[in-house]
Amino acid sequence: MIAGLAFYLFAGILIASAVMVVTSRNPVHGVLFLILAFFNAAALFLIAGAEFLAMILVIVYVGAVAVLFLFVVMMLDIDFARLREGFRRNAPLGLVIGGILLIELLLVAAAWRFAPEAAALRLQPVQPDGVTNTEALGRVLYTDYVYAFQIAGLILLVAMIGAIVLTLRDRPTAKRQDVAAQIARSGSVVTRRVPIGAGLAETGIARPPLPEAPKPKQVEHQGGGHH
Amino acid sequence: MGFDLTPVLPELFLLVAGLVLLVVGVLTREGEAARVVATLSVLALVIGSIIIAASDKSPQLALGGHYVADGFSAFLKILLFVGAALAILLAQGFLHDRRIARFEYSLLVLFSTLGMSMMVSANSFLALYMGLELSALPLYVLAAFDRDNLRSTEAGLKYFVLGALASGMLLYGCSLVYGFAGTLSFDVLADAFGAATAERPPALLPLGAVVGLVFIIAGLAFKLAAVPFHMWTPDVYEGSPTPVTAFLATASKVAAAGLAVRVLMHPFGEWTAQWQQVVVLISIASMLLGAFAAIGQANIKRLMAYSGIGHIGYALVGVAAGSERGVYAVLVYLAIYLVMTLGTFGCILLMRRQGQYVEQISDLAGLSRQRPMAAAALGVFMFSQAGIPPLAGFFGKLLVFLAAVEAGLTWLAVLGVLSSCVAAFYYLRIVKVMYFDEAAEPFDTAVHPAVTGITAITALATLFFIVWPGPLLRAAGAAAAALVR
Repeated sequence: MIAGLAFYLFAGILIASAVMVVTSRNPVHGVLFLILAFFNAAALFLIAGAEFLAMILVIVYVGAVAVLFLFVVMMLDIDFARLREGFRRNAPLGLVIGGILLIELLLVAAAWRFAPEAAALRLQPVQPDGVTNTEALGRVLYTDYVYAFQIAGLILLVAMIGAIVLTLRDRPTAKRQDVAAQIARSGSVVTRRVPIGAGLAETGIARPPLPEAPKPKQVEHQGGGHH
Repeated sequence: MGFDLTPVLPELFLLVAGLVLLVVGVLTREGEAARVVATLSVLALVIGSIIIAASDKSPQLALGGHYVADGFSAFLKILLFVGAALAILLAQGFLHDRRIARFEYSLLVLFSTLGMSMMVSANSFLALYMGLELSALPLYVLAAFDRDNLRSTEAGLKYFVLGALASGMLLYGCSLVYGFAGTLSFDVLADAFGAATAERPPALLPLGAVVGLVFIIAGLAFKLAAVPFHMWTPDVYEGSPTPVTAFLATASKVAAAGLAVRVLMHPFGEWTAQWQQVVVLISIASMLLGAFAAIGQANIKRLMAYSGIGHIGYALVGVAAGSERGVYAVLVYLAIYLVMTLGTFGCILLMRRQGQYVEQISDLAGLSRQRPMAAAALGVFMFSQAGIPPLAGFFGKLLVFLAAVEAGLTWLAVLGVLSSCVAAFYYLRIVKVMYFDEAAEPFDTAVHPAVTGITAITALATLFFIVWPGPLLRAAGAAAAALVR
C-alpha cells in the first residue's frame, strides 16, 4: 500500500518535472528539473528493488552528467528564445514525425508478448539467496568479466593521457605554487606581545622591513610540477 | 581456466611496463624524458616479443575464456610488437625536429600496441571490442599529436569521428549476433554454428546473425581501411605526423586483419559461403580503388594511403579463400607488407630540405644523384610493393593468389593480377622521378641514424627474402594451422 502510494508520488513528480524540462523558458531551470527527474527515477528503481541502478543514476547522471549540462548551459551564451523562433513553422513536420513514431510504437506494443516468467521475475528482482543485486553484479564483473573491466579502466587512463597531450600547455608566465619556497620562508614573520589599547605606531613596533625575498625559482614543470 | 595468468603474460608485462614508464616519464627531467621513455618502450616491446616467442604455443584460454593465446596470436603479436618498436624508433628524430618530442608519444604507441595484442587474442566479442577501443583511442591522439598543426588536428578529429561511427557499426553487429546466438564467446559460437557431428544435426545460421556478421565486417573494414570504408585514410595519413602514419599503416592494419581472420575463420568458419561474397566484394573494390586512385596523387603519404588500401585488397583475397592455405598466405602477406611499408616510411622520413620534411612526389627528383643509397632503398620498396620478382612483395601476392585459385576463385586472382599491373604504374613512376628527373634543391645531408638503420635493414630484408624465406613461412604455416583446427 505504502509502496504503491510512493510509486505514484515519485512517478507523478517524475513526469511533472520531465514536462518542465522541455517547457521551462530558462535553460538553467530546465537542467535543475532534469536533476529532479533523475532523483525521482532513482527512487522508482529503489522501489523496484534495483538499488544498484538507483545509485548509479544518482552518482553518474546527477553527479556528473547533469552538472556538466549545467556548466554547459551557464557557460555557453545560447539565446534559447531565438532557437525557438521556428517552433510554429516546424510544428506540423514535428507532429507528423511524432505521429509516425507513435504508430510504430503502438504496432510494436500490439505485437508484444511477455515471457511467461516475466511477471515472477518482476516481483522478485532480488535473488532468492539474499544476494543483493549490487553484490551479484560485482561478483560477475570481477570474475567472469574482469578482463573487459580492466581494459575499460585502461581505456580511461589512455583517454586521460590523451587529453593532457592534446591540451596541456606550459605558459612561461603561468604562476605556480612552489611548496619548498613557501616552507623555507622564515624570519619575515614575527610575533610580539602588544599592550592592550596601544597602536602599532605608538609602541614603535612597525612591521619590520621585509628582507629581500629570494625570487621564487622557476619550477621545472614538465618533470613533475604541481598543476 | 580459473585464474591462471600465464597465457596473458605478454600483455601483463606490457601493461605494467606502460604504467611504470608513465611514472618514469613524469619524473624524468623535461629534456630527457622523451628519449628515456622511447628507449625503455622499445626495450619493453622487445622483451614482450621474446616472452611470446618463448611461450607455449598450444591454445590456452584465460580470463574467463575471453582471451586465447595460440600460435596465430603469437605470430601476429610478434609482428605488432616489432612494428611498434620500429615506429617508436622512426619517430624520435622527426618529433625532435618538429619540436613535439614528448614522452607520451612512446607511451601511446605502447598502449595502442597493447590493445592490438588484445585484439588478436580476443576470444569473445566483448574482448574484441574492448581491445579495438584500447588500440584506437591512442591512435586518435597520435594522429593529432602535432597539435599546433591544423592538418594534424584535422586528421585526429576526422579519424576520431569516423572511428566512433565504425565502432557503432561493429557494436551493432555484435549485438545482433549476441541476440540471435545468446553468447559472445567465439568458442561457443563456433560450437553452435559448427559442422554437424554424429550426435548433432547440422546447425543453422540465423538470418539475424548473418546481418550482424555483415555489420561486424563493415566495422572491421573501416579499421582495415578497405573500400567502401576507406574515406578517412588519405586525409588522416596525409595530416598525421609521418611516423604516426607509418604506425597507422602497419601495426593498426595488421591487427585489424588478424582480428578479421579470427572472427571469420573461428566462430563463422563453417559458414564461408555466407561471408565470402562480402569479403570478395570488399577485396575487389579495394584492389581497384588502390590501383586507380593512387595514380593522380602528388603527395607520397596520400599515395601510400591508396597503396595500403590496395594491399588490404590483396590480403583479403587470401581471407576470401577461407582455407588454411588462405590464412597462411594472409599472414605471410601481412608480415611482408609490414616490413615494406615501414621501410618506405623510413625513406619518406629521410627526405628533408633545409630542415623541413618534404612529402611531395616531385620532391623526390634527383634523389638518386644526391643520396644513391636512399634512392636504391626506395626503389627496392617500390618494386617490391608492385610485386615484381624476386622481391619479397612478389611472394606475398603469389601465395595469396595461389590460395584463391585453390579455393576456386580463379577470377578473383586474375582480377588481382590485373589491378597489380595497374598499380605498378605509380610505383614505377616514383622510381622514374627519383632516377630521371632533375633536382631543384639539394637534400639535407644530416640524417638520423635510427631512420637510416631501419630503412637499410628493411630494404635488405625485402631484397633478400628469397634467399632465406624459411623461418617466416614456417612460422606463418604453424600460425595458420593453429587457427584452422
